[in-house]
This record gives sequence, structure tokens and C-alpha cells, in this order.
Amino acid sequence: MMASIPDPAQQASAADGIRSNDIVFEAKNVTKRYDMGEVTVDALRGVNLSLRASEFIVLLGPSGSGKSTLLNILGGLDVPTSGAVTYRGRDLSGADDATRTAYRRNNVGFVFQFYNLIPSLTARENVALVTEIVRDPMPPQEALQIVGLGDRMNHFPAQLSGGEQQRVAIARAISKRPEVLLCDEPTGALDISTGVVVLEAIERINRELGTATAVITHNAAVASIADRVVQLSDGLIVADRSNPVKTAARDLTW
Amino acid sequence: MQALDRKLFRDLWRIKGQALAISMVIAVGVLMLIAYLSNFNSLQSTRDVYYERQRFGHVFATLKRAPLSLGNRISAIPGVAQAETRVVFDVALDVEGLAEPATGRLVSIPERKREIVNDVVLVQGRYIEPGRSDEAIISQGFADANRLRPGDTVGAILNGRRRNLEVVGVGLSPEYVYTIRPGEMIPDNARFGVFWMGRRALGAAFDMEGGFNDVSLLLRPGAQVERVIQELDELLMPYGGWGAIPRDLQLSHWSVQNELNGIRVAGVIIPIVFLGVAAFLLHVVLHRIVAVQREQIATLKALGYRQLSIALHYTYWALAISLAGTLIGTVCGALLGRGMLSMYNDFFRFPVLEYRLDPVVVAGAVVLGIVAAVFGARTSVRRAVRLQPAEAMRPEPPAKYSASLVERLGLRRLLSQPARIILRNIERQPVRSAITIGGIALSLAVLIVGMFAVDSLDLMMDMQFRVSQRQDLQLTFTEPISPDGIYSLQRLPGVMMAEPVLSVPVRLRSGQRSRQLSIMGLPHLPELFRVIDVETLSPVDLSHDGVVLAERLADVLDVRPGESITAEVLIGSRPVREIAITSTVRQHMGLTAYMNIDAVRRMLHHDKTLSGGYLTVDSQALPELFRAIKETPAIAGSGLKAAALKSFQETFAANLGIMIFFNVLFASIIAFGVVYNAARVSLAERSRELASLRVMGFTRKEISAILLGELGILALLALPLGLLLGYALTSLLTKAMETELYALPFSVVPSTYAVCALTVLGATVVSGLIVRRKLDRLDLLEVLKAKE
Repeated sequence: MMASIPDPAQQASAADGIRSNDIVFEAKNVTKRYDMGEVTVDALRGVNLSLRASEFIVLLGPSGSGKSTLLNILGGLDVPTSGAVTYRGRDLSGADDATRTAYRRNNVGFVFQFYNLIPSLTARENVALVTEIVRDPMPPQEALQIVGLGDRMNHFPAQLSGGEQQRVAIARAISKRPEVLLCDEPTGALDISTGVVVLEAIERINRELGTATAVITHNAAVASIADRVVQLSDGLIVADRSNPVKTAARDLTW
Repeated sequence: MQALDRKLFRDLWRIKGQALAISMVIAVGVLMLIAYLSNFNSLQSTRDVYYERQRFGHVFATLKRAPLSLGNRISAIPGVAQAETRVVFDVALDVEGLAEPATGRLVSIPERKREIVNDVVLVQGRYIEPGRSDEAIISQGFADANRLRPGDTVGAILNGRRRNLEVVGVGLSPEYVYTIRPGEMIPDNARFGVFWMGRRALGAAFDMEGGFNDVSLLLRPGAQVERVIQELDELLMPYGGWGAIPRDLQLSHWSVQNELNGIRVAGVIIPIVFLGVAAFLLHVVLHRIVAVQREQIATLKALGYRQLSIALHYTYWALAISLAGTLIGTVCGALLGRGMLSMYNDFFRFPVLEYRLDPVVVAGAVVLGIVAAVFGARTSVRRAVRLQPAEAMRPEPPAKYSASLVERLGLRRLLSQPARIILRNIERQPVRSAITIGGIALSLAVLIVGMFAVDSLDLMMDMQFRVSQRQDLQLTFTEPISPDGIYSLQRLPGVMMAEPVLSVPVRLRSGQRSRQLSIMGLPHLPELFRVIDVETLSPVDLSHDGVVLAERLADVLDVRPGESITAEVLIGSRPVREIAITSTVRQHMGLTAYMNIDAVRRMLHHDKTLSGGYLTVDSQALPELFRAIKETPAIAGSGLKAAALKSFQETFAANLGIMIFFNVLFASIIAFGVVYNAARVSLAERSRELASLRVMGFTRKEISAILLGELGILALLALPLGLLLGYALTSLLTKAMETELYALPFSVVPSTYAVCALTVLGATVVSGLIVRRKLDRLDLLEVLKAKE
């Protein structure tokens, strides 16, 4: 169903990635407090986490556990109230907006629960939105072929199913050849069969491109496709376990 | 094309109706700016070139008679480059095909052509030939109006003798760009013309051989006009000089300058109003767009788009709308400007009046359009930039509503559920409601400003021709004659009543301030030429010895009733008198002073004290009367009121119709733009709510009533505000255009207010109906499925 990944250079670096054990992200004692007028909400209450190159982790937890907040902070969308976040040794927690923008632009691929496609742009143009602003992107067609949408490139989001839209979002995220792929409930709005197709795409990118990947989900079944499962509850990490025997996405059931 | 630009174009296409409505408002503003300012430029540059090329004078003086030798002393005044001494007389003309006598201004020119001050441009025929004393070059307006061509003849009474003048050429002069008979308000081309004739011919006809009675000076650059005038006045004083005037006060120049100032004021103020409205509309639309695209903005930020790219993206929205409007406005403005200029050809006479659209004006329009766009986009762009990407990913909290003021006042039970929705919605968005009200009010104001000119002119004409002047005919003698002359006027055929007038040139002085004008001596309570205060509409009593000043003149001289003023009479033995100011009178135009005719006579020590008369005439006897006048050498000119009115209507009525058409169109565009946008934005924001109501069983009519009822309330609230604003803007414009010589009366009749208000309501209803059609097509399922 999906086209093979044609870029040999990428495959080489993917092989490198598997061997290396170096840390991409490191979060230390990260807290995040939201001031909502009368009430304050402690979304994160001292989180320590690291993510290694090529690693596939799943952040598991009920809604309100702080996993989206953590992902946003790792992705440079938000800054912690206290604590330190580093990306390849560079500090993100105190970075200004311009630095974080450059970081997101060059290093991070985002996938959101509601796809967040620009409705007035076609699939190809949504991907081009990213490829136009980064160094050394892959052609939009190629990114779309990777997620199996080579024949739907000129469709507008409204003409695509939910699963297809999410795959466009994934193509958009990987087209910049990011070092990390951050996915916030990528299957949250999808039924099981389309959700599986989307997870397969993510899994394959992690495997074949060696992109460090973090997927947020509240669905425990999804956790079995990851190298490592980190469980959050009420703003704290309550469990962090490796998953030596990964299940292939296509074998998932929930 | 970049993906972000594609997004821009497709998004704009989606809101094309609204974008177009705003573009049209901008287009109208730009159109006005281009049309007015290009006319300003065209007129000004044409005029300046014309003045330069034809050596239009800087100083003008009239006198009784001075020997030619004085010319050398005038030329010797420091700063004078060229002095042209001339013979100038007004005479009665008998034009074939024109029943009433016309007035001809005979101006001497050298027998052999040389470069003179106020040089004549020949547009047809040839220059006069030496020794041919009856040849004349006539002014183009007069030639056109009376269909005169070289070879035709015109009868004229020169110093009491009838002569047939031969038209050899048709010409123009910078001195008569605006050719108007002194003392009148509208040019009457058929009845007033300039005749340029040989110096010797006029000298012989008017006993001016070796003398002159008029002089124009061309000054060197940097010359001090005031000092030249002072020295010239000193030289001319012994020879009956009436006091020299600078170019600024020369009638034709003053009129042109006045028009130029007027179109410049209009060309700046009106476009600013339109572009201001457009900026508000852009604000409303973009505010909405940024709210709707909250998640898209956050996504773009998450993808790594910089603040600047986001800011530019939303600024481009406004710029695209604005530039489209600027483009349409520029093209239409250039077309309209051309038309306007040809209208000016009816009033101003230039050899060639070429339309000129200065790139600077276009650049100004573009800059103004950009300013409006940036101003309109400002707060929305700031919101987009400040949006935190993480925060924007969460849905926006539901809008905060509260009980409306009406409900809080305890009237809750009186309101139906839909009425509550309407009121709460208006109150929840006070800024937007205010903008809608303000926009509709402005459109009404613009309409009132446009229509005001009509009422104002009507009032002026009414005051002039019906209330104050009741005569049918006005006669002027070539020179003042004995007071008994009034009886000979009464004996003219068909004359029912004759009233004397004595017009005396004076210089009125109070301290440092002075003005040169004519005191009009009238009977103590004139019945034909009445002095009426335009505010109280009561006639002014002239039974005393004092002087009554037009209020504007009193302001210019800084004097009040009860004080006295120095009058230096500029004719005869030139007596100087202190006269008490009895009162002031408010008038629309003119710096005039009025006195009892007997008081003026006593002041003069002179027995020739009748300069003309006002007559009522039996219209049956008019042809006979005109024949008699044409045969009376002492009568220099006559003014038929009906003819003046007709000429006014011919020149102005057509232009007024066009003006009204455009005003209604432009005001409707504003009203439409405002209401349509307000309705579309409300519809977009509330389609879910309205669709839910439909699902619950509300009819189309009922949900339309909710949306359009809100607009209706806003429109009704806007009307009184618009009337006030129109009132204020009109008085601002009248003030801005007011000059020393006249002020447009500030008058808007109630029916005009009503017509304007109905026009704006009409535009509101039309835009409401268009939105109503969209509402009828609301796809319930689609709307409810949408995430927002």
C-alpha cells in the first residue's frame, strides 16, 4: 500500500541512528502551571524524561494527565514554568520565541489529533507549506508517497477522509526530514482501521528513517508498538518501562 | 507561488463578497481623491503655465485718467518688470439675436502685436490691423454663446455713439479665465464679453488719447507686492486712482484660486472619510478571520513559521483588498476626473485644459490605501502574532454573554427569546456594534454632505433672486449722472417702478486694516434691491446716516456696530470721512457696505450722484424697453434677472444632477459595505447557533429575523447619529471652504435629511436581503457537523 522509501542517504542515516544511543531530549524537573484567572492548574509537577535518537516512545495517560503539555514543551510550542529542557544539549526552557521557532522549523515534525491541515490548501500544498521554509526537504510528492497518498495529492482536506487527512499531516511532518516526530493523539479522532493505517505510517517512519518518535495516546493498546512506554498521571510520570517485544501496528486491536 | 500565498488567494476568494464590498468603499475614496486632486493639478499647472506664458499681471489698478508719461514713472517703481497702461471701458452691446443688451468690456491692446502684460491668445481669426478702428478680438465664451465668428459684427455704444465693431478674432486672456461681470455671481457668457481693440481706436473713442485709465504690472521675482502697491497708489492718487489690488484679489484669479482650494479640501477630507470607513470594515473582517483561523495560525507557528511571516500574511489580506480598491478607484477616478475637467471647461477658459494625472497623486492614493489597510489590519495582526501556538490548539472558550441592559432594567418579561438573543449579541460585542453604527452613520453623513450643496445653492439663489432682489432689470450708467436721471428711467417703456442706486468706490480703513470696495447708496427702505439679513430675513433699515456692513466685512476690518470707520472716497474730490457703523448684516456673499443714498450724496459734494437703477418691468414691453436701452448711450450695461437665473440653471443644473447621482451611489456603497460585512460576519459566527434553532423547528423567517433584526436595530440607531454627523461634517466643510468673499450658507432642509436617511436604509435593506438569501441556503447538517 505504501511506496518504499527511495532515499538511500536517509536509509544510511537510519542505520546509524539505530546504533547510536545518544540523547535527543532531556527534561529535568519540568513543571508547568497555568493561570486561569481564579484557578491555577498544575499541568506538570516535576517531570524527568529523556528520549534517545531513533527511539519510539508512547506517552500514555488519561486526559488531563499533562502529556500534551509535556509534548508541547518538548516541541518548543510552550515553555516550562520551571525546570530544564534540552534538545541535543541546547537549552529550550529559556529560549526566546525566535529560537524556538527556528527549532520547530528545522528539527521537529508535529502531528496533531485534529490534523490541523490548512483547509484552503491541497494535500500537496499543505506539505509544501513546510518544504518551502526548511533546508533540504524531500519533495512533497515523495512525502505523500511515503504515507500512501501519492494519488490524492491534489485533493483539498475536505475531500479526504479523516485517516487520509492525518496521513497528509504525517507527510507534512516528515517532509522536512525531522530528527523528532511528535504526535499528539494521532489516532484520537479515527476509527480503528484508519487508526492502524496511520500508526503503521508512523511506525515505518521511525523504523526506516530513524526518526525519534513520541506518540501521545490515552489508548493503552497503542503502547505495544513502542520501544518504551511512559505513563503520566496528574502531572507526574508514574511508570517508565521498556517494551522489548514490539507489536506491529497492523496487529493492533482495540 | 508559495503555499501561504495560495492560501491567501483561496481564502480571499471564499470571502469575495465581503472583500469586494470593502474594495468598493476604498475604490470610492480613491476615486474621489484621484478625481479631485488630478483636477487640482490639471487646473493649477495649466493655469500657472498660462499665466507665465501670457505674462499675467501681479498688480492691477484702475483710475480716472492719467497722462501716458506717468507710465514711465510707474515702470520705474522698484520691482516692476513691465507696466502696461491701458484704456478699459464697459459699454452696452447690441448683439444680433439677443433681445436684451449685453455688456462689453473694451480693453485696449497695441495696434502692432508685441508682448504685453495679460497677453491675449488668439484661438481663431487674426490680430487687429493698425488703423482699422472698428476691429475687435472677442472673448471665446461670448463668441461661443452668441455664435459669433470672425467676420461678424456687433453693435456697441462707444462714448455715446453707436458703432459696428467687426469681429476679426476670438481670443482668451489670463485676466478673464473666469469671465464674470463685476457684482454678479455666475458667469453669463451670452451677456458679458471682453473686446480687445486697438489702443488708438479706444483712445479716440473715449478721449483717452495720450492718457490711460487702467494699468497692470508684471513684477520681478522677489518683488514686494505690498510696497509696489503703495508706491503705485501714491502715483495714481492725483489721477483718480481707485487703489491698486494684488493678483490675489483679481476677480478671475480669485475665483480660480477659490475653486482650487475647494477641490483640494474636498479631495482630502472626503477620501479620508471613505478610507476611514474601509479601515473599520477591514478591522471587523480580519478580526473574524483571525478568530476562525486560530488553529491554522497555531499550526503555522508549530510548523516553524516566523512571527513576521504570520504578520505579513494577515497584513496582505488587508493590502490585497485595499490595492484592488485602489486600482479600481484609480482607473475610475481618472475617467471621472477627465469628465470633471471638461465640466470646468464650462466655467474656466483656458487655451488648452489638458487632463493631467500626476503620478504623485496616484502614489498618494496608493499610500493612503496602504495606510487604511495597515490601520484596519493592525489589531488583528497583533492578535495573530501574539497567539501562543500551544494555546491555540485548544478550542476557544464559549463566548461570554450576560443579560442585556434592557433586561437588567427589569423589562425582561417584555422580550421574546429571539429578542433577547438580538440584544445580548449587540451588547456582547460593543465595539463591533459601534463600528456598524458608526459606518452606517458615516454613509448617511457623506450623503448629507453631498446633498447639502444642492440645498445650499437653492437657498442662496432664493435669497439672491427672490428675497432680496425683486427687480426685473438692473441698469448701470457709464458714468454717474444727475439724480434726476431716475425720472428718465421711469419714463422708459414698460417700466413700472425705478429705484435709484449710487455705487461709490471707497477704501474703508480701521487702524491697520483696510479693504477697497463700493459703498452702495440705496433708498432708506429699498423695495427692489433689498438688504436682507439671511438669518432673521428682515430688511435692514437705511434711514440713518451711518453705514451698514456685511458681517464678514466687519470681521475683516475688525469693527463692531457703534464704532466708526474711515471712508476714503476714490472718486471726485476724494473726500475722507468718518462714518458711524450702525449695524452689521449677515449675507452669503460679498464684502459690501450699504448706506442711505442721500447720506452718500452729502458725503460726495458732487451733483452727479446716480450710478444706476433697479427696475420692475412689464414683461410684454421688454422688447421695446431693450430697444430703447440700446439707443441710450448713457447706459453701459443691464442685467436681466431672469436671464441670470436661466444661465445659472443651464450651467449648474446638469452638473448638479450628475453630482447627486454620484453622491447617492457613493453613500450607498458605504452603507452597503458596512451592513453587508456586519451581516456576513454575524452569519459566519452564528451559523451554528442559527442552524441549531432551525433544527429545533424555528422557521427561516424567524432565524432571519434574529440576524437581520440585529442589523435593523443598529441601522435605526445609526440614523440619528448619521444626521448629527452629517450636520457636523457639513458645517466643517462650509467652514473649510469659507472665504473672505463668500460662505456657502449652511442649510439642509428636512426633506433632504429624510431622503438621505431613506437612501441609507434602502442600501441596508438590500444588503440584508442578500445575506438573507445565504441564510435560506444554510445547510443544517453541514453546519452542525463542523467542529467550530
